[in-house]
Amino acid sequence: MGESEIRRALVRIVHEILEKNKGIKKLGLIGIKRRGDFIARRLAERIQESEGVKIPIGALDITLYRDDLQLVSETPIIEGTDIPFNINKKVIILVDDVLYTGRTIRAAIEEILDFGRPKAIQLVVLVDRGHRELPIQADFIGKKVPTAKNEIVDVFIKEFDGKDSVVLHYYKKGKDKVRKRRRKSRIKLHTEPKPKIKQLTITDIDKSK
Amino acid sequence: MNNPKKDLLGIENLARKEIYQYLDLANNFVEVLERPIPIVPSLRGKTILTLFFEPSTRTQLSFSIAAKRLSADVVSFSRATSSVSKGETLLDTAKNIEAMKVDGVVVRHSAAGAAKYLAERLGAFVINAGDGSHEHPTQALLDLMTMKHHFSNFKDLKVLIVGDIAHSRVARSNIFGLKTLNAKVAICAPPTMIPLEIEKVGIDVFSNLDDVIGDFDVVMVLRIQLERQASGLFPSTREYRTLYGLTKERVLKMKANSIIMHPGPTNRGVEIDPDVADSNKSVILEQVKNGVAIRMAILFIHAGGKIE
Repeated sequence: MGESEIRRALVRIVHEILEKNKGIKKLGLIGIKRRGDFIARRLAERIQESEGVKIPIGALDITLYRDDLQLVSETPIIEGTDIPFNINKKVIILVDDVLYTGRTIRAAIEEILDFGRPKAIQLVVLVDRGHRELPIQADFIGKKVPTAKNEIVDVFIKEFDGKDSVVLHYYKKGKDKVRKRRRKSRIKLHTEPKPKIKQLTITDIDKSK
Repeated sequence: MNNPKKDLLGIENLARKEIYQYLDLANNFVEVLERPIPIVPSLRGKTILTLFFEPSTRTQLSFSIAAKRLSADVVSFSRATSSVSKGETLLDTAKNIEAMKVDGVVVRHSAAGAAKYLAERLGAFVINAGDGSHEHPTQALLDLMTMKHHFSNFKDLKVLIVGDIAHSRVARSNIFGLKTLNAKVAICAPPTMIPLEIEKVGIDVFSNLDDVIGDFDVVMVLRIQLERQASGLFPSTREYRTLYGLTKERVLKMKANSIIMHPGPTNRGVEIDPDVADSNKSVILEQVKNGVAIRMAILFIHAGGKIE
């Protein structure tokens, strides 16, 4: 996804959120650090533009709730959680960049529930790449990108990485080498800027169907 | 921390980076402790043993609470009701612990080096909660954390430690830590309580508190061990207070943003006056609060994972 597609997807998501919840009453945004946090802030800005009201926003660091703490060899770096509003009876819009196995979201839900009892939690993700290992679903999705397990989805966010884009690439088995993704049907390459990695755009995927 | 050491035995050999790792991580736990449910599941399934051969209220409680806030299970050993009274050696106590497969041991013992002794023989990680007069690293870390909250930079921070330095593991650990972080440390005590040749460690030594108290950012007061009066180290508690006690008059001479610290428990009216201990310059209760957070950080780092 390029910068404009990400922007359009976020605008659409904001409208979907407002439509599903019939307005902004009782909404609260929580972004999952680190990139989900920036996406949540953008959503907050758009909601404020659209409805003229600021909705409360917080940021979550799920490191202490991970289910794989015993498997990491280094002490994880914790950025800290900051939820400056009361979440009781609110509809929490949880925001993350990529939905993959669902374990991050499971940890986030558990952490949120330690802060109180929200009325509901709805999930926004920029990219849903499939391969769930837990029964978790997103309510609002920027883009569904079917992937193989050995592929990697990289999300870049301007405030953090200097640019907005979603990139798909994969490593060949056994070697740390980036290869072009091969598909049977012809796909037009996105040529600007000239990447070694193929950037898939919405039009490319549609054409290849 | 990449490849953290298994045990925390002292501050003397900790690098600056390692000290900061504990301090930074502890700040996250301060936030956790303020939540409606101040518990995280990070150490679920782990068992921590508090092995205290010397009496303690605050350190033992602090570690118990810290472990429980991380969802770990805590078991406690108290010397009085243990087989030590039947003559069981430290080595046998250790072997029994090992056989029961606890994950971590927090030990306080009257013999210097006891923590290291256990660390070498146990697969469990060992945290030194005070070994004789040698070190009390977790106290020093919480003291450093408290100082950092008030002063942000240790370089050239002026810290004065007042009291029975010679017998204080709290003083030793703080001195090690502050020197590593390039702070300026000085001590003030009656000559009987000053360790021999301590100037060689690069510390200023004073015996007149009134002359110097106005120069320091942090004044750390140590507990006078009243039993030492019997051995003649000071003539009476009243005389100690007159010369070295932190009274209101002395506090009025202190710098504007300076703070007063005390590891506890306080002898009100001896080394520190009650109204001083309760004043807004005193950060004694903050130290206790930070103590839980830093011990959570210590347990989290040392109980933390290895690739399986």
